[in-house]
Amino acid sequence: MTPGLLGERDPGLQPERTRLAWRRTTLASTVVAVLAGKAGVAGGASGDVLAAGVVCCAGWAGMLVVAHRRIRGLAGGGEPERLSLGYAAGVVVCVLLTVGGGVGVVLW
Amino acid sequence: MIDFARNVRLWFSPAEVRDDGETPDYRFSLANERTFLAWLRTALALIGGGFAVDQFLPGLRWGWRVGLALALLASGALCALRAVNHWVRCERAMRRGEDLPVSRFPALLGVVVAGVAVVMVVVVLLGWEG
Repeated sequence: MTPGLLGERDPGLQPERTRLAWRRTTLASTVVAVLAGKAGVAGGASGDVLAAGVVCCAGWAGMLVVAHRRIRGLAGGGEPERLSLGYAAGVVVCVLLTVGGGVGVVLW
Repeated sequence: MIDFARNVRLWFSPAEVRDDGETPDYRFSLANERTFLAWLRTALALIGGGFAVDQFLPGLRWGWRVGLALALLASGALCALRAVNHWVRCERAMRRGEDLPVSRFPALLGVVVAGVAVVMVVVVLLGWEG
């Protein structure tokens, strides 16, 4: 596979499928953030719950940022960039932040 | 365990992965990336399930409800960590031209999810509400 010229597309649509996979992932994380928000509101807006909710939201926002940058990396012509370890680790850290905030929301 | 420690070290030294072996066809790397994302969505679904248990089963005894919710949240975190670990291992195996790593994690996760589902059915049917 030679690095394609601008406008030459992979017939398997690999970059597009990968972009949509990122979109699905951000959508899933949005659903989780909404559920966390619902849990936080139901738990009463005490300071602890609020702090945990902020951590959850930070995880969600971080995931949106990583996904956006990754999608931009895929969008260029020619051979798309590969996923870097930094992005992969970053997105997992965001998930862990969501879990950390979630534990707070559930316990308090 | 030593393997795991080596993998963790690799997470923080991306250059080491890049220098290893030959760069595979980018389509293989993208396929590996999509698998990683699919595992992340699995992790997010588990986390969402944890919030759902906490929120939508208010009649359940506190211990059961919080215990189940925390177990689901923890399994989501585990799943996410394992996703990035497996992604690194696959990427490295492809660069070296080795067989892709095998894993018993999917089977384990399947058993755990089935177990949680059965527990939930029993809890709801028997009405162990507080």
